[in-house]
Amino acid sequence: MAAEVIKKHPWHMVEPSPWPVVGTVAAFTMAVGGIVYMHTGIPWGFLAGVALLLITFFGWWRDVVREGESGAYHTPPVRHGLRLGMVLFIASEVMFFFAFFWAYFHSSMPILSLSAAEQWPPEGIMPLETWHIPFLNTLILLSSGATVTWAHHALRAGDRPKAVLGIALTVLLGFTFLGFQAYEYWSATFKFTDGIYPSTFYLATGFHGFHVFVGACFLTVCLFRARAGHFTPDHHVGFEAAAWYWHFVDVVWLFLFSWVYWWGSYGYQW
Amino acid sequence: MAYGASATAHDAHEHIPTGWRRWLYSTNHKDIGTMYMVLAMIGGVVGGAMSWFIRLELAVPGIQYIDDFQFYNVLVTAHGLIMVFFVVMPALIGGFGNWIVPLMIGAPDMAFPRMNNISFWLLAAALILLVTAALIGGGPGTGWTVYPPLSNAEYHPGPAVDFAILSLHLAGASSLLGAINFITTILNMRAPGMTLHRMPLFVWSILVTAFLLLLAMPVLAGALTMLLTDRNFGTSFFDAAGGGDPILWQHLFWFFGHPEVYIMILPGFGVISQVVSTFSRKPVFGYLGMAYAMVSIGVIGFIVWAHHMYTVGLDVDTRAYFVAATLVIAVPTGIKIFSWIATMWGGSIRFDTPMLWAMGFIALFVVGGVTGLVLANAGVNTAVHDTYYVVAHFHYVLSLGAVFSIFTAFYYWIGKMTGRQYPETLGRIHFWLTFVSVNLLFFPMHFLGLQGMPRRIPDYADAYAGWNLVSSFGALLTALATVLFFYIVYRTFTAGEKVAANPWGEGATTLEWTVESPAPFHTHEEIPAMGRRQPAE
Repeated sequence: MAAEVIKKHPWHMVEPSPWPVVGTVAAFTMAVGGIVYMHTGIPWGFLAGVALLLITFFGWWRDVVREGESGAYHTPPVRHGLRLGMVLFIASEVMFFFAFFWAYFHSSMPILSLSAAEQWPPEGIMPLETWHIPFLNTLILLSSGATVTWAHHALRAGDRPKAVLGIALTVLLGFTFLGFQAYEYWSATFKFTDGIYPSTFYLATGFHGFHVFVGACFLTVCLFRARAGHFTPDHHVGFEAAAWYWHFVDVVWLFLFSWVYWWGSYGYQW
Repeated sequence: MAYGASATAHDAHEHIPTGWRRWLYSTNHKDIGTMYMVLAMIGGVVGGAMSWFIRLELAVPGIQYIDDFQFYNVLVTAHGLIMVFFVVMPALIGGFGNWIVPLMIGAPDMAFPRMNNISFWLLAAALILLVTAALIGGGPGTGWTVYPPLSNAEYHPGPAVDFAILSLHLAGASSLLGAINFITTILNMRAPGMTLHRMPLFVWSILVTAFLLLLAMPVLAGALTMLLTDRNFGTSFFDAAGGGDPILWQHLFWFFGHPEVYIMILPGFGVISQVVSTFSRKPVFGYLGMAYAMVSIGVIGFIVWAHHMYTVGLDVDTRAYFVAATLVIAVPTGIKIFSWIATMWGGSIRFDTPMLWAMGFIALFVVGGVTGLVLANAGVNTAVHDTYYVVAHFHYVLSLGAVFSIFTAFYYWIGKMTGRQYPETLGRIHFWLTFVSVNLLFFPMHFLGLQGMPRRIPDYADAYAGWNLVSSFGALLTALATVLFFYIVYRTFTAGEKVAANPWGEGATTLEWTVESPAPFHTHEEIPAMGRRQPAE
């Protein structure tokens, strides 16, 4: 086979890779381990699956970063595909939250469902005070949206230190948000198992918090990559994906804040 | 033109991996497509065996073999889930979609080859989880719809339903990643000159299907997660005692579930369009109408979900809306049926095996379609809800629709995939045997349903004996036809005639017929020019 074949198309013909199979083993282990945990309380199988999943993420995306850095594989059409893939992934994530908002409105709006609670929040539930921590968290997350955009502008202008600073601030704000959310959960008077209000509240805000965590980790990787000079003014797909993801998490929060925290406690007198 | 700056960019990409690594580590759309098809065949045998066991039980009144009714329910559940997620979807989308879409659009592979592989392996893991679910802790006797409260911890306390839920989670992740891959491939990697409006209809069908998967699957994932936390962590989403509502599950499930049935049939529509056009030696009649009919079916598919829920106590205006919206789907579906007929009209038709299957598809899908119109009416639906009429309806659109399209695609493309042609006479016998036997199997179910025989029961009143026996006899013949199919696969591989790049002649105008048969490991390494070609259907 000739070693000097000239590639006549712009696409990336990916080499065979062990990561999809390893990732599947991780997912399978998490599933079985999760069932063992739910029925016996033994967490080790599940945790082993999580560990293997983290290894998969590390190995797989290390390969992607190397391919991107080699300069040969991620041609402009391939980069277009990567961005498109990320947009589609975010669209699917929107539909995931759609399910939890559906559950929330179905349970709280009598106009939508005959079995919705007549009073929201239901009797005996003391909601969190909208204009305290939830509003603070709104400001934090919106600010982080600004800092990530600032970092993006700096990247495009080729100003690496400013870009690094912008990403670092965003990550910091993200983890601050999570800290406040953890405090909020800790201070809430309703427990996870106290009926439909906590069910919808904790799953909707909990999955959002998890997405903030994932987005912050994604941006942390971008922080190190920016410091290492991986991003150029016209080639930084990894950062763009992280920034879009971050904005998506931000928008979900705005819906959570306005509907779950604000509308959801509107009639309540503290 | 050379891409990638230098020749070092592609190092070993001419190298074909060998041994187990070729399959386990695959990043090749054809190998992954083949694995999907093998999985679909395994799923078909397992799911088929379950249905034959059901028909054996139902052959005559009284209890024959299955005295554990929970086990009967588990058979019904596992049969449904396996046929949907591990037969029809992997065959049409994962199998033929993977194999044929890149060939048809002139791309050397899928957009994300590694992700393509994890889509397949996650589905394999999901199948193992589902079979495990059926085998342990009494199994999930919930039906494929997994309605609470039956699926709650109270009525299914064992781990079986949790296994089923996590199986669907993995299958959903697989579909989702596959959908992202197909959309990106189709939107980003078409050969120059192949505009969206020149794209073969099979590619259109996969594109629409992928969008449905992308938007419907996550809603199922959310619902499954709520069911999981209800069962194991004390939430009350579907538990009236905590202020929740079992109807919420039905809304979420069918918001996914209705697009899901179009996910199963749309790729079949694409296959039928290619085959009818090829064997009529004419371009498809009304190409753009055909493409946008699929788009409309996809869009409307998202706003008709509650026609599965007419008996749960919905407001009468709500039911009126869902009746109207559902009936609207008959319009784009009618466009497709009549355009297929108009394509054949005046054509120089060859009745090779794929064409027989395609015409069988059209005839039987129409039967399933019109019973669908009957069921769409909330009033009639109340009378026949949960009877065998419903079972007859969805088997006509799926077993006789989607599965016929799988066989159509098999006979149409097997020469391209293996380089060997199927035995024509045996193929035709397979078609006629299947056509007769599945109609014997499913048509009597209409009568049983209208007479009031409920679905999901292991025993029935003596009045239903006659047609049930006919149906079970049809199931036996279908089993025979399936054995014949596997023999045909065997014969194709061992004694099939070698075929040229295009065995179908002038009617086959799409790009997959321009590459040699069998399609080499890498194809379209030089981007084919569409030039001023006409729409490529």
